[in-house]
Amino acid sequence: MNANSNIHSGNPFTAFRRTVGGFSDAVRDWWAGAPGWARWTVYGLLILLAIIAPSDFIGSFMSPHSHWPSLLFSPIGTFVLLAVGLNVVVGQAGLLDLGFVAFYAIGAYTMAIFGTKYGWNFWGVLVVGIFMTAISGIVLGSPTLRLRGDYLAIVTLGFGEIVRITAQNTDYIGGARGITNIPHPPSLFGVEFALDPLPYYYLLLAAIVLVVIFAKRLERSRVGRAWEAIREDEDAAELMGVPTFKFKLLAFFVGAMIGGLTGVIWASKVIAIQPPNFPFILSATILAAVVLGGSGNLPGVIIGAFLVAWLPERFRGFADYRILIFGAALVLMMALRPEGLLPARRRRSVAGNSSEPDGTQSGGTRSSGTGSDGMAEEVAK
Amino acid sequence: MLNDFLNQVGPSTVGGLASGAIYALIALGYTMVYGVLRLINFAHSEIFMIGSFAALFVILQIGVTGPLTGLALVGTLLLLMLVAMAASGGAAVVLERVAYRPLRRHGASRLAALISAIGASIFLQEFFALVVIPEVFDRPSQGRLQVPVPRLLERDSLFTIGNTEIRNDHVIIIVSAVVMMILLDVFVNRTRIGRGIRATSQDPETATLMGVNIDKIIRTTFLVGGAMAGVAALLYAMEFENLRYNVGFLLGVKAFTAAVLGGIGNLRGALLGGLALGLIENWGAIFFGSEWKDVIAFSVLVLVLLFRPTGILGESLQRARA
Repeated sequence: MNANSNIHSGNPFTAFRRTVGGFSDAVRDWWAGAPGWARWTVYGLLILLAIIAPSDFIGSFMSPHSHWPSLLFSPIGTFVLLAVGLNVVVGQAGLLDLGFVAFYAIGAYTMAIFGTKYGWNFWGVLVVGIFMTAISGIVLGSPTLRLRGDYLAIVTLGFGEIVRITAQNTDYIGGARGITNIPHPPSLFGVEFALDPLPYYYLLLAAIVLVVIFAKRLERSRVGRAWEAIREDEDAAELMGVPTFKFKLLAFFVGAMIGGLTGVIWASKVIAIQPPNFPFILSATILAAVVLGGSGNLPGVIIGAFLVAWLPERFRGFADYRILIFGAALVLMMALRPEGLLPARRRRSVAGNSSEPDGTQSGGTRSSGTGSDGMAEEVAK
Repeated sequence: MLNDFLNQVGPSTVGGLASGAIYALIALGYTMVYGVLRLINFAHSEIFMIGSFAALFVILQIGVTGPLTGLALVGTLLLLMLVAMAASGGAAVVLERVAYRPLRRHGASRLAALISAIGASIFLQEFFALVVIPEVFDRPSQGRLQVPVPRLLERDSLFTIGNTEIRNDHVIIIVSAVVMMILLDVFVNRTRIGRGIRATSQDPETATLMGVNIDKIIRTTFLVGGAMAGVAALLYAMEFENLRYNVGFLLGVKAFTAAVLGGIGNLRGALLGGLALGLIENWGAIFFGSEWKDVIAFSVLVLVLLFRPTGILGESLQRARA
């Protein structure tokens, strides 16, 4: 472990790591020092890009094999929103959640049940759905958040499976057949929500923009600082007077709300949902997106989610092999740049807060020839 | 209700002990790796899967058609056990080399190691579904379907206690699991390498200073944990006679539950936790129906972690015996 972490200079990957790392860290550092107007220009350009993204011109390059606007809605858009939600839990508060799909499922099922059985309108269900998932976040969190690290991971994994199997075994919500004929949202500003994916994409885009703003504000608030303190060292945070349990619960609460929101929007588009739509592998994929992009850093997470959703679709030419390649890419990526493409500026990594005080595995000696910026505080920007 | 329970409790107990023994053997791999590296070897379920398919491969190669008896049965089972142990143990060592060691060298975070393991797990499952099952097992375009295993052993009632039949297959499973556990216990507690494993799990840095070759210890840990999963894989293939590319996932999660239940990092705890989980699951199924089995197992996990996070045997993590 630490003892032999300095003998890898002969590693053929090291040069590559330095190059990639140097580039993306440079981008990040420029961003951190960029003046206000430059940032707003970039934000504007990004939103503009997202608005024109469904055009055929972009689509013909991005996805020659399948219908591009459909892809933009799902998986790309849904993955981005889910990843932003999971980032609150994993990236900001440092709580490893392997069952995030449960909140997505609860949101989708809320939409399906209220829409089909009670004839509720999409907007009504949206509020109820977010409320329901937030409650479920509390229900899951309040007993389990006393646990740390890997234990929490495995309990959340169990929770995700419990939700899926329960949906499968409960006849009231359709059992294994799921629920069909979920109503579409009512028309908005004269735009009809029907089979065309475009309106849903813009709906989702609006949700993403709102959620990103919300998450960003949260990150810079007292809550965000508390989360960061918990992530870096829970015991120290507790000693400094941060009510860690309360804030961890809040992280679950917020993450669950975002997951539920995604589920509601998604279910209103797809008409039919079934328990197998919410497998464990989806939780793992979203987590992979967060970590791949750079856990704790919103732009990184969004890029990560985009890549994880888009690459397998782009390379449909490899048909079945894309998931296999995805798996191999995860291993390779973690070997090359474990902190993600655009890591957050901070002294230590998320899991550097490893639950044991001895923390032997997580190692203080990160051999980052990249941008470890000493005592710099990321929130200060 | 109570009457139902009384009628079924005997058979459920035996069945529960048998599946619990399989959980326990898989749990050993989790618990040993956790003891040494403090990480969940998420791809351990695929190590199990590889062992089960290796056993199936040999069964098909030697052309077992009907159930075996007597010496042929014993010989075949021993051969298959060695093959499955070798395949799983070898795969675990390769996994450690490819997915974990590069990260350890960089001092990467535990989260990174977990993602790497999830990646390896996805890769191996897909590799079997797309390449191995269609090509090696000659089932083109059926890679995601179940693969039947020829029957090795005719189920036979050995004796009855009350209304409970004790079947030979259950006896074989439980006895082999217990024997393997005893061997492993001796290995870890009595040999030089075992002492290295214990030292590393208590304090890796001090162990290095004391002259323990940590890389070798970690490799051995993966090898031994993998071999135990191989034994479980053979027993599983023999008992359930159906394999699948993702056969390891659910078993893996349950085995991890068993490891936590017994106290992770604790070898004897893994046995206890596995058997307890098998029993709870099967008894619970009498009340709620067998489709709720998995939910029961996961609920047990949540409850245990809530009320006794250190597991039944309750050793603290750093002092873990394995």
